[in-house]
Amino acid sequence: MSALQDAASPGYLDRAPSQLRRRRFQLGDNAAFYVLIAPATVLLLTFYLYPLLQVFWISFTEPKPGFGNYALLLSPSVTRVALTTLRICVITTVITVVLAYLVAYCWVHAGPRAQRVMLLGIILPLWVSALVRAFAWITLLRRDGLINSALAGAGLIDAPLPLLWNEFGVVVGLVHYMLPYGILPLAASLRSIDGSLMLAARGLGATRGQTFSMVYLPLSIPGIVASAILVFIFSLGFYITPALLGGGRSMMITEYISIQIIEVLRWGLGTTLAVTLVMIIALLLAVVSRVLDLRKLFGAK
Amino acid sequence: MNFTHAVRDVFDRPVRRLASAGQPALAGAISVENLTKTYGNAVAIRDVSLAIGSGQFVTLLGPSGSGKTTVLMSIAGFVSPTAGEIRLNGEPINHLPPDRREFGMVFQGYALFPHLTVAQNVAFPLRVRHRPRTEIEDSVRRALEMVQLERFADRLPRQLSGGQQQRAALARALVFEPSVVLLDEPLSALDKNLRHDLQAELKDLHSRVGLTFIYVTHDQQEALAMSDEIAILSEGRLVQMGTPETLYERPATRFVAGFLGQSNFISGTVEQARRDAFAYRAGATLLSQSGGPQQRDGDSVTVTIRPEKIRILTEAETADNRLESRIASFSYHGGHYHLQVDVEHVGRIVLDAPTWRREAPSIGQSITIGWDEDASVVVAS
Repeated sequence: MSALQDAASPGYLDRAPSQLRRRRFQLGDNAAFYVLIAPATVLLLTFYLYPLLQVFWISFTEPKPGFGNYALLLSPSVTRVALTTLRICVITTVITVVLAYLVAYCWVHAGPRAQRVMLLGIILPLWVSALVRAFAWITLLRRDGLINSALAGAGLIDAPLPLLWNEFGVVVGLVHYMLPYGILPLAASLRSIDGSLMLAARGLGATRGQTFSMVYLPLSIPGIVASAILVFIFSLGFYITPALLGGGRSMMITEYISIQIIEVLRWGLGTTLAVTLVMIIALLLAVVSRVLDLRKLFGAK
Repeated sequence: MNFTHAVRDVFDRPVRRLASAGQPALAGAISVENLTKTYGNAVAIRDVSLAIGSGQFVTLLGPSGSGKTTVLMSIAGFVSPTAGEIRLNGEPINHLPPDRREFGMVFQGYALFPHLTVAQNVAFPLRVRHRPRTEIEDSVRRALEMVQLERFADRLPRQLSGGQQQRAALARALVFEPSVVLLDEPLSALDKNLRHDLQAELKDLHSRVGLTFIYVTHDQQEALAMSDEIAILSEGRLVQMGTPETLYERPATRFVAGFLGQSNFISGTVEQARRDAFAYRAGATLLSQSGGPQQRDGDSVTVTIRPEKIRILTEAETADNRLESRIASFSYHGGHYHLQVDVEHVGRIVLDAPTWRREAPSIGQSITIGWDEDASVVVAS
């Protein structure tokens, strides 16, 4: 009996489920699916996973096989760099999120025309290379830069302020770079807050301050968390800006890794640090995703 | 469960209220005087005046864009009027921000705070007023009892059904013992059956607590069923205000008659005007109408009559106005037939005929319809 006759015959619904299931072309559907995702998979395996595994491999084999490199993680020089990195990243994250909240709040509550102008202002820096921006900050912050000469010219300071080649300079550069990444998830979250809740709070007797602290702020916490995670992770792995504005004095982990690999050729330690950094970020995301729905946080439906 | 007891406990205690020293407790008289609100060139409401007595259930009714919500939001303090005065117990309150007006509010879509539990939502108005914790716990428990939500106190709003959310919003609006409660289409998000149940519940709650309720809706059945008084707005103006019976039986304008229930309109020219009645001619048909010493011969007049006031007449039955008609279409509604009939010179007339009157109608059938001269009303067109 052909399949067509089979389906058309009145009793086919009574047949056993296994008989029906055979007709679903399951294999055909799946084959097409695999063919379609194959290029992306091959690309990822060759250019992403393979080099990553190689880095992982080197960290256990150079200069000699074993956990020697990982024991070095507790050495004073590495711990100092790690602590500097952590401190700079935390400060950067806090400042960025506070500034991003202010900008996002104004942006979300501005009129339609102002919103368009502000959008441009927010994403324009994303199109300017980090290198160019770092040099711009150097021009502004160095000993005889715009800020120091202006302050000296106004008679406010006697000696130039140390604005560059220290942690202050790094934080300024990082905050500037991270702001769009802080603003965008926050604005998405603030935009999703139902405005009638604020009216309700006011109508029920809350002052402006109470409405903000008891309704608006609690409802924007998911956005704050999303923005903070994104900024913290980005700044952990950021290289160009800290390297240029830190001037080698307040060294962050990425610059330290680069020195190990390019200058002192301790590939073992360099790759070990890189692997550790990746692990820490993965762990961070894993912990956070247990508490929060990350996909939703970054705008997926 | 003893609701009345709970309610009395909540509302009999001395109430902190603005500008009410010497006023009797629970005073909540609102007057709106010549209220106008314009947005640029667009006029949202024009010269609206309303007096709402203490303890009344008053509904602002109108189609969307009629300005009813603007009036309510002006009373609430969210809209600052372009001109006019709003008074609470005689005191002007125009200058007060919404949070100082001490009104309870139920919003369209409830606007429950999604990050707070039901109990925390209900506690919100008390927390912002810095009431002591024990008092807050007490009042919240009683308010939840009043709306039968004690068992759901620790749930989040999204874990409640629509009807439960509506009750939670109501408890939150009442918990701080306001003298006036403003409700902005509170039932519009619910399905029909639930809406019906909650209408009765809300009305019952109003009569128990004795507060002033100002209620906005576009649903005329809801307005008729619940209100002590209805104010009908159209295009930013107050068209007519009165009890549901007055508005339904004696609509002042064609708009009110058409908006509140179904109506037939007959236009004609006045003849034989007398002190307490007159006749009017529509085509070759002469009809009589009671009332209207202001009518003079030759005036144009519009008369309205409700479908249920038109009778189907037998040979023996009499009526002031008798018309021959032909059934154009009909539908069966259980308790009555809804008929559309054509009358020469007058046009299409709709009427409701009780099902026990006669055998089933048929299309094209000739019937005699009629009504008495005091069953219809003259309206301004």
